[in-house]
Amino acid sequence: MSTIASKRLNCAADLERIREQLLSLRVASAKSVHICTGPGCAAKGSPRLYELFCEAVKEAGVDVEVQAKAVGCHGLCECGPIVLIQPSDIFYQRVEEPDVAEIFRETVLGDRVIERLLYENPTTGEKAKSADEIPFYKAQKRVALACNGVVDPTKITDYIAEGGYGALAKVLSVMTPEEVISEVEVAGLRGRGGGGFPTARKWRSCREAEGSPRYVICNGDEGDPGAFMDRAIMEGNPHSVLEGMLIGAYAIGSSQGYIYVRNEYPLSVECLKQAISQAREIGLLGQNILGNSFSFDIRINRGGGAFVCGESTALMASLEGRTGEPRAKYVHTIESGLWGKPTNLNNVETWANVPAIINNGGEWFANIGTERSKGTKVFSLVGKVENTGLVEVPMGITLRRIVDEIGGGIRGDKLFKAVQTGGPSGGCIPAEHLDARVDFDELTKLGSMMGSGGMIVMDEDTCMVNVAKYFTDFLQKESCGKCTPCREGLSQMLHILSRISRGEGEVGDVEELGTLAEILEGTALCALGKTAANPVLSTIRYFRDEYDAHILDRRCPAKECRGLFRYEIDAEACKACGICLKNCPADAITGEKKVPHVINQEKCTLCGTCWEKCPFTAVKKV
Amino acid sequence: MAEDDKLIDGIVGRYDGEVGMLIPMMQDVQAECGYLPVEQLRVLSKRLEVPLSRLFAVATFYSSFRLAPKGAHEVTLCMGTVCYLKGAGGISEAICKEFRVEPGGTTRDRLFSFQAVNCVGACAVAPVMLVDGRYYGGVTPSSAIEVIYGLSPHEATAEKEGAR
Repeated sequence: MSTIASKRLNCAADLERIREQLLSLRVASAKSVHICTGPGCAAKGSPRLYELFCEAVKEAGVDVEVQAKAVGCHGLCECGPIVLIQPSDIFYQRVEEPDVAEIFRETVLGDRVIERLLYENPTTGEKAKSADEIPFYKAQKRVALACNGVVDPTKITDYIAEGGYGALAKVLSVMTPEEVISEVEVAGLRGRGGGGFPTARKWRSCREAEGSPRYVICNGDEGDPGAFMDRAIMEGNPHSVLEGMLIGAYAIGSSQGYIYVRNEYPLSVECLKQAISQAREIGLLGQNILGNSFSFDIRINRGGGAFVCGESTALMASLEGRTGEPRAKYVHTIESGLWGKPTNLNNVETWANVPAIINNGGEWFANIGTERSKGTKVFSLVGKVENTGLVEVPMGITLRRIVDEIGGGIRGDKLFKAVQTGGPSGGCIPAEHLDARVDFDELTKLGSMMGSGGMIVMDEDTCMVNVAKYFTDFLQKESCGKCTPCREGLSQMLHILSRISRGEGEVGDVEELGTLAEILEGTALCALGKTAANPVLSTIRYFRDEYDAHILDRRCPAKECRGLFRYEIDAEACKACGICLKNCPADAITGEKKVPHVINQEKCTLCGTCWEKCPFTAVKKV
Repeated sequence: MAEDDKLIDGIVGRYDGEVGMLIPMMQDVQAECGYLPVEQLRVLSKRLEVPLSRLFAVATFYSSFRLAPKGAHEVTLCMGTVCYLKGAGGISEAICKEFRVEPGGTTRDRLFSFQAVNCVGACAVAPVMLVDGRYYGGVTPSSAIEVIYGLSPHEATAEKEGAR
């Protein structure tokens, strides 16, 4: 297939011709096995499965038209590794190495379904043959992730065959830059990186800004802990990001783009590099793209491992080879960004939405979602839910549907406590607001925010003071130190929170935290500092009782803060096996054969070893 | 000295001597040497006509840069929210205690360098530990220690995740 697309494309018709050729070939190659190699599945060994399938294809010989394809994240990471057999659309989950031969023999060659590997609905017990039948996928709508799990991210031909770069061809042949911006305006697309700023307005301002050259940047510095949406797009369908950037650059009038990828994502860098070189090879990047006077190229920069570089001005400082310190916002990057030139920065997911908007029209996009938040949003649904994974939902869906219907509810028989959205700058939303609709404004009203799309579900075992402490600790470490409120304020807040979680809290601590939060919000230089108090404020707002329990009763209701609960052995559950006694580093446990063991509370150091080691869960936290 | 020059010249040439590409250049130096040796930074500073102090500012600001050699293996523990909620803090403590190492440090026998990072984006299989680029999902304090004890003292062959 690769020889088809080795020549330079000189016009839109060339692209269409190649696409038709690719499609005609596709009919002939009958079967294809898609192996998900997204982060979740890869961690469970899917790259090895891919190798095994490739070997199986080779052994089958030339008579059988089968291909094995390593694809990007398919979403349901919980049940990985995931393998799809096309065209019959069979969805196998939790595939292991020994299954490969059977899948190849039975399903690929024999067209028989292996029941054992199908997804089983935990409530009805029904088996699902294809992804559409699985509740996790039913409520989703895929726009940015439409080709994730379908295309091989290492092959530009795969993307072209799915209609890829068609939006670019359309833009270059029949649309003026102003028409492109208007289309995005009709769509109502807002920035997916967290800010939610209208994309079209940003593009227009940058287009109208004085100075040249203009720069276009893709922010792939996905620093929020608990989020991997952008990673999944960069590694699952890198060309959609390039195409979005090309369209944006044409609209804005830019000829140089940058993708800033965080240091922790080496595979994303590889995927993008390969995509860029393939696009260059056939003239979709470089001079005179598709025979048009428009020229554009993209360079990748790897971050250095600093969270603050996700902030636009810090990111640009980093691109200029300096330490990533943000600057005051009254000078807009649109007018004076990278190297003091007009610069337009959008997030990975925002760029990935652009081709779909051009292909289907702005109105189509605007029909999805709510009044002021259009389209879909990708979330990484993680934490204490049954189905962790990557989901894309229409804006306006309720949190409850995401947690219960898509996420399958809380893992085990625990109770839901909160869902955390918006990363370290976001907040925790409690059960009483689960029916809130997910859109930019609604989440902000609840004291959280959309953020880039991390959605972390917490159950009753999660201590909210500890959560606030975790995020404050994170932000305090990541604060660049340039402005005083953020540098000093966060250390003070962390100090207070640490005291509370050690059981040394004092009356008035919560109010003190509130004051510090107010100062931070009003005076910090950049968004990192301004929003840094959100985790603290939202947990105080919804879980004040937990703070009070720590401070007044010296008790951690979730039994997570060490020292604020005790370990006891349930005499009825104890089988007197002696494991806890042998492992206790403080010799605090006494007991004999056939006699339930007892913890001597005076000797106990609360290390938790007995609780971890007990095979009968007889050690309880009280 | 001549070798230092050659290495730096090659790297600077790769980016047409553009000062804006200082961070990628330093990343390349680190990729070659395993850390940022002072001598190399001196040469780089001269070539780019950028004060050495700025190179140090950059090297100490970004957490991925190292000014001292690393161990034979790289153990990275994810401390992202989900991993943290699922017990990464305890795993980190266990590793530090067992091998007498600090996050960001290297064991005395140079067996491995230990890093605790913010999030590696594999939240679905939390808690996650990476050893030389290979992912271990759902780790516990004891399984993490077991994996590290299985490391050979010789230089690692860096396995890349996702053999595409």
